[in-house]
Amino acid sequence: MSCNNIHYRAVVIGASAGGLAAVGAILAELKSTFCIPILLAQHISPHVESHLATHFAAKTALAVKEAEDKDPIKRGSLYIAPSNYHLLVGFDGCTALSIDPPVNYSRPSIDVLFESAADYFGNELIGIILSGANSDGAAGLKKIKQRGGLTVVQSLDSAEVKTMPQAAIEAANADHILSLKDIGHFLNTICEC
Amino acid sequence: MNDITNEQLEIQLLLEAIYIKYGYDFREYSLAHTKRRLEYRCGIEGIKNYAEMQHKVIHDANFFEQLLLDLSINVTEMFRDPWFYKKVRELVIPHLHTYPFLKIWHAGCSAGQEVYSMGIILHEESLKERAQVYATDFNESILEKAKKGIYPMDLIRQYSANYQAANGSASFSDYYTADYDHVIMKNVLKDKVLFTPHNLATDGAFGEMHVIFCRNVLIYFTRELQNRVFNLFYDSLIPGGFLCLGSKESLRFADIADKFELVSEPEKIYRKKRGR
Repeated sequence: MSCNNIHYRAVVIGASAGGLAAVGAILAELKSTFCIPILLAQHISPHVESHLATHFAAKTALAVKEAEDKDPIKRGSLYIAPSNYHLLVGFDGCTALSIDPPVNYSRPSIDVLFESAADYFGNELIGIILSGANSDGAAGLKKIKQRGGLTVVQSLDSAEVKTMPQAAIEAANADHILSLKDIGHFLNTICEC
Repeated sequence: MNDITNEQLEIQLLLEAIYIKYGYDFREYSLAHTKRRLEYRCGIEGIKNYAEMQHKVIHDANFFEQLLLDLSINVTEMFRDPWFYKKVRELVIPHLHTYPFLKIWHAGCSAGQEVYSMGIILHEESLKERAQVYATDFNESILEKAKKGIYPMDLIRQYSANYQAANGSASFSDYYTADYDHVIMKNVLKDKVLFTPHNLATDGAFGEMHVIFCRNVLIYFTRELQNRVFNLFYDSLIPGGFLCLGSKESLRFADIADKFELVSEPEKIYRKKRGR
């Protein structure tokens, strides 16, 4: 199998308050043929073990896993940042974890994931900012845009909490502002196997 | 892509300069992490690129000292991941009771929170008097902090909560003296600890360890350096000795992985197999 459009090599998604439902809705729209890897930074309490992987695995045909250190980033897989760790894309194309201090009061931080992914994937990256109550991800989305990647933000009227999409729209001058359903459709058209 | 490659090249040259001039080897640290740290310092100092940073590092030793702090991993807490310490009490401590003399190594101990956490457990388990503890880090100013054992008061609430969640049997306040906005850890937790510089990237093995702790350090290394360090730990442990890693680290890329048995998966506690 090969992608019809090989231009994009990865999708990064950042979500906070209201993100669980939003990510779930996008995953539900994705066709089983969707084949480029997705990396997700969803804010979650640092003091609990994350059950996000189990939660999302039920909603998608993608292989879902909580990212470990130095996982090769494979097609058709969703990697989720563990609670209390930053998730980065390494220069070797593998995942990297860190316990560096929180960024924007957040660990995992969306900015950390997006900026490192932009360094590695350059213009072959899609960044998506969803519902949330702070401004984490705005700087990261801006960097993706600067590197020539594609930037997408959840439309304000469809976001459970608007602060994060609002900040991202302002910082990055996003390429697309879409409802959740449309984000899913859009991803399907961008890459199909 | 071209300018990214040039940027990587500049970072490699900077790290090479640091190694040649000061002897600290960050060349096999994961580049994504290193770049974040360097970017942070660039932002503060208004440095435009890594070539400029390289010049500054070579000519300004004080700047290098600052950068060294930026490049060390100094984020930890007392009883971090309390469930890990519960497991240590349950699975490791009973074995330690069988030895007349104990050696424990905290590799990459940073500001010492882990050393004091384990010190409290050794104290509560009446193992402290027969223990010799080595606490090492490559960064001597961090090591000095570890030795002093002084921590900001505002962290203590979290530390106390962690201690209780790790089945602590006393009150966490029994182990420190409060002084305005800081606390100082009690001497009873320090008198068996030797704080000494050791660089996992360049230095050799320690002998005859019963337990090695190295948590949330190896994630910052490349696979090649991780592999070197795992061999170092293997050589440093007695047969049946325990290796405790951070919860997201594992031996999966180590060429000596099959010479360890997994004692507890979520806590990443391993044990060196006996025999050849």
